[in-house]
Amino acid sequence: MSDQVSVMTGNEAAANAARLARVQVIAAYPITPQSPVVEQLAAWVESGELPAEFVAVESEHSAMTVCIGASTVGARTFTATSSNGLAYMTEQVWWAPGARLPIVMCVVNRAMAAPWNVLNDQQDSMSVRDAGWVQLFCRDNQEILDTTVQAYRIAERLHVPVMVCYDGFLLSHTMMPVAVPAPEQIDAFLPPFTEPFTVVDPGDPHNIGPVVMAEPRADETGATRGGYMEIRALHHRALLDALAVIPETDAEYASVVGRSWGGLTWEHLLDDAEVVLVAAGSLGTQLTVTAEQLRAEGVKAGVLGIRAYRPFPVEALRAKLAGRRLALVFDKALSYGYEGPICSDLRGAMLGADGAPAVFGAVCGLGGRDVSPEDLAEAARRALTDLDAGARTRETDWINLHLEG
Amino acid sequence: MTTKILDLPVVSYVLPGNRSCAGCGIGIALRQITAALEGRMVMTVPASCLTVLGGMFPIASVNVPWVNVAFPSTAAAASGIAAGLRATGRAEEMTVLAMAGDGGTGDIGIQALSGAAERNEDFIYLCYDNEAYMNTGTQRSGLTPAGARTTTTWSGKRENPKDLPRIMEAHGVPYVASTSAAFPADVYDKVAKARGITGLRYIHMNTPCPSGWGFDPKDTVRLGKLAVDTGLVVLYEVENGVFRLTGRSASLAKSGRPRVPVSEYLATQTRFRGMKPDVIEAVQAWVDERWARYVARDAGACD
Repeated sequence: MSDQVSVMTGNEAAANAARLARVQVIAAYPITPQSPVVEQLAAWVESGELPAEFVAVESEHSAMTVCIGASTVGARTFTATSSNGLAYMTEQVWWAPGARLPIVMCVVNRAMAAPWNVLNDQQDSMSVRDAGWVQLFCRDNQEILDTTVQAYRIAERLHVPVMVCYDGFLLSHTMMPVAVPAPEQIDAFLPPFTEPFTVVDPGDPHNIGPVVMAEPRADETGATRGGYMEIRALHHRALLDALAVIPETDAEYASVVGRSWGGLTWEHLLDDAEVVLVAAGSLGTQLTVTAEQLRAEGVKAGVLGIRAYRPFPVEALRAKLAGRRLALVFDKALSYGYEGPICSDLRGAMLGADGAPAVFGAVCGLGGRDVSPEDLAEAARRALTDLDAGARTRETDWINLHLEG
Repeated sequence: MTTKILDLPVVSYVLPGNRSCAGCGIGIALRQITAALEGRMVMTVPASCLTVLGGMFPIASVNVPWVNVAFPSTAAAASGIAAGLRATGRAEEMTVLAMAGDGGTGDIGIQALSGAAERNEDFIYLCYDNEAYMNTGTQRSGLTPAGARTTTTWSGKRENPKDLPRIMEAHGVPYVASTSAAFPADVYDKVAKARGITGLRYIHMNTPCPSGWGFDPKDTVRLGKLAVDTGLVVLYEVENGVFRLTGRSASLAKSGRPRVPVSEYLATQTRFRGMKPDVIEAVQAWVDERWARYVARDAGACD
């Protein structure tokens, strides 16, 4: 059974992945640029092609809540959102991982308002990086399909939700050839979800998600059960376990479907690179062109792409970056008053590591601001000039910023 | 169907020693609610007094499946649970019951509830209305009555409460009922009837609260009944758009005997202490006007 190749948008790739994963409950609320994902799924549910419950809720808060309710009783669930929609559901974005529910959500990355802007950056998903989801970033439409299917396997093994992040418009509305695996292949890779973390059974009643005290407490048999911190520690451990489960899942997927995406990170021309360009999402694809351009100029440049942003792959990044001169991180988001989030995280990961490179940060593409491979190459040249002048740290470089006037 | 109080099931899914306050109306009613569903149910509960009643991990005090959810999300969680049960072929195994307080229903939860009602989701939503945010320390809600002192209306609330059952009626759901925790058999009958109906069933339950209203815990039932005798609380149901008074409200309307003046009811609770005569008069006029409308609707008038 070979793949069927179709030309499709990133949103269609995500919808195809949800269909192949045989999701049972879909809940969503419209927001640009996410809407086409659930429009497609609604059509398949209506036509009977996808036997699932489609709940057209009245808000993103309720979209995540419906997934929480359905996942609690053991259904495989899907939703998708962007930007302000993700912000609106934030309370539930925390609830889902706290309740250890294996929900999969596509976040079609879009700038946060105010002011209104429907175009791409990655501020939305970065703003909930600490909520306890696995966050995976995709660089093209094929990866969106494959990663969304993989996300269910990761989520259901670890009982943590997975956010599949991909760039609004740049991927969501851009057509590319995408190989769609046969349903039998995905069925072999992803068995039905039969082990819910919770039990909802009148014959064996449980109070799910009650108040948990600070200190451990005895149950009705006298056995000590963990308090809030123990529950949080187990959740953290599950996220750390994802550092192994994400690559394992990618390898299992490759053995069935024949495509691998590198697990935690991916790379291009990295072997002998002295200057490493780092980014998440489709920006990484652009950086491959930049690296080739820089190599033509005699600069040994390569790309290290972040696929898993949470958990943050500290050991993998240390190993990949040891002995390099410079890691230049391109963020499409900002922690206001500090710097780009990937840059901060990478600098922290490099601290004290053998052969750690200098880590410089650049911010680009906010609110869809155009950025070309040449713009990125120019930023790399500026960084190298600073490095050659002896800089080990540097203020964040804003690419294509026009404040004059 | 009218069940006599002595005929109510003895089985209790609510265990003794739970954490509800002495005299809590929820404690009385929850026994009947769970009994009417014969325990074949899953509850979804937001942050509320009910969360406290349910117990703290790892101890639970209610013997039915119970899913705690975020404050605004009760009706959406019930929608998701119902969808999940359908998707996994278990919808026939249990009734989905969403149960939240007046703030969790009429204020922060009204968006999710309105959405679920418009979609006519298949669950029972029961609002226990104790007329303020009692679990957080008696702050006013949109359902706090005029004149009531709360910790955010120190000199008495100025506005009348919103009429949540009528808001739900306007959604065209198949069943809307108003009941009171002081009438366990009425609660039982309405939940039992709702159980046999498909779609969104909304039950509004007046629930006296000794600590928040300021009365002796032994008087919960007496005050709940008194509220009905004044016409402040009216027992009724609207089945597929057809309105009828039930129980004590029906007999009150039928007898034609005068209702108890609201001033008598207000005098029983410290929250109404110091209410000015003109405010009491305004509340009485508001109750009279509403009562006349309920009686007219019961007699078949369109409203």
